[in-house]
Amino acid sequence: MIKQTILNTNHHLLHARMVEFCGWEMPLHYGSQIEEHHAVRGDCGMFDISHMCAVDVTGLDARAFLLRLLANNVARLHQPGRALYSCMLNEDGGVLDDLILYYLDDRRYRMVVNACTTDQDLAWMGARLTEWALDVALAPRHDLAMLAVQGPHAREQVWQVLPEVQAATAGLAPFSCAETETLFVARTGYTGEDGFEISLPTARVQAVWQALLGAGVRPCGLGARDTLRLEAGMNLYGQDMDENVSPLDASLAWTVDLSDERDFVGRAALLARPRQCQLLGLVLRTPGVLRAGQGVRTAHGAGVITSGTFSPTMHRAIAFARLPLQVAVGEEVQVAIRDQYSAATVVKPPFVRGGKILINLS
Amino acid sequence: MSDIPGQLRYTKNHEWVRLEVDGSATVGITDHAQELLGDIVFIELPETGKHVAGGTEVAVVESVKAAADVYAPLSGVVTEVNQAAADAPESVNETPYDAWLFRMSPDNAADFGALADAVAYRQMLGD
Repeated sequence: MIKQTILNTNHHLLHARMVEFCGWEMPLHYGSQIEEHHAVRGDCGMFDISHMCAVDVTGLDARAFLLRLLANNVARLHQPGRALYSCMLNEDGGVLDDLILYYLDDRRYRMVVNACTTDQDLAWMGARLTEWALDVALAPRHDLAMLAVQGPHAREQVWQVLPEVQAATAGLAPFSCAETETLFVARTGYTGEDGFEISLPTARVQAVWQALLGAGVRPCGLGARDTLRLEAGMNLYGQDMDENVSPLDASLAWTVDLSDERDFVGRAALLARPRQCQLLGLVLRTPGVLRAGQGVRTAHGAGVITSGTFSPTMHRAIAFARLPLQVAVGEEVQVAIRDQYSAATVVKPPFVRGGKILINLS
Repeated sequence: MSDIPGQLRYTKNHEWVRLEVDGSATVGITDHAQELLGDIVFIELPETGKHVAGGTEVAVVESVKAAADVYAPLSGVVTEVNQAAADAPESVNETPYDAWLFRMSPDNAADFGALADAVAYRQMLGD
């Protein structure tokens, strides 16, 4: 049985093209995913992200649990309200999921995990909890809906529609969160633009969605979400990494803290198996579109595209590719597109941030 | 509901075909096809002068999310391509029945009559 978010009827009312994504019926676009993409880069767009799951991690041992569970170091969170991006690894060092963790207080954290992996994440965390015998409660918040409002004008639009959050969030630093009585607002996102991700009771989300629509915020689907995150250089779980891929091989070494003796799940495997390959960006030099699965020929061996698309901002095809370690930024490689090879340049993502193209091709 | 002009013929692969007065056939993709694909960003046109068998892949239309082959609706020689469509791929989304992709000179003019008409195509779509 396909799952629906509380906003499902709102999407249908807007004539969204709906698709199945990880067991959820979600909007792919509401007419033109390219226009939605441009709205987020230049103005403001909103996404229903209620298919993702917020999980509250609370209890006396919450911090000890997370120190051991996650590859990134929870001790880096010094101030309540700060957020941390991390991978959760298995014992082999493969990525079970990537998530954002919000530090609320020493006994209270909230993580947001991917829709596709929610069930297995909860099972995995529950099993670790039992194994480690810690005083922690895990509570998936199915009572919450989530909206991402993104773009250079996102924050002012949210304040207009939800004046109650302005005081709490006007001074909010990027990658931080604040709570009001019923709302949880984080200055985070998956687009490379400023904005908020808002968790709110399901009973309220339709009214807020309609109010944002009325204020001129453009509804955006999974299609734009994918082109935006790719331009922003952000990995997609299940595509750019999964449980068979080490974070070190997926350009996520910056999220793995090996700097002290902290013993976390997967640490021993990462130390025993250094980097095998690297995830870099490609820009196609010819017309066409890069796609996941296309082979890449380099001077140092073969590679493969893990995510590819047409960049609406750059008007060119861009991709992430898993490449041999010897390949350097600036090198030219060949991508197998149908029956021929096309030239592409190796670049370091992100491609676009804050509305600006960051890749300068000579 | 898709726009399906009555004077055109159609294939199961969602190409439209128009028979011209000189006996050539103009080919594009239908409104239904462009809607399924979403924003079109790249078009690879066939080579002109080449003989192609009906049902073979001759062109590619790529949207942000997917690539779709375009098949020759009839056997014949590709005589002309619409470079303007390749230069502005979004025109296929906007006006799928104006933004044609290629013209061909059919081996056998009678093949045109065997293609589906608008009523049959609409039934194919289940509209």
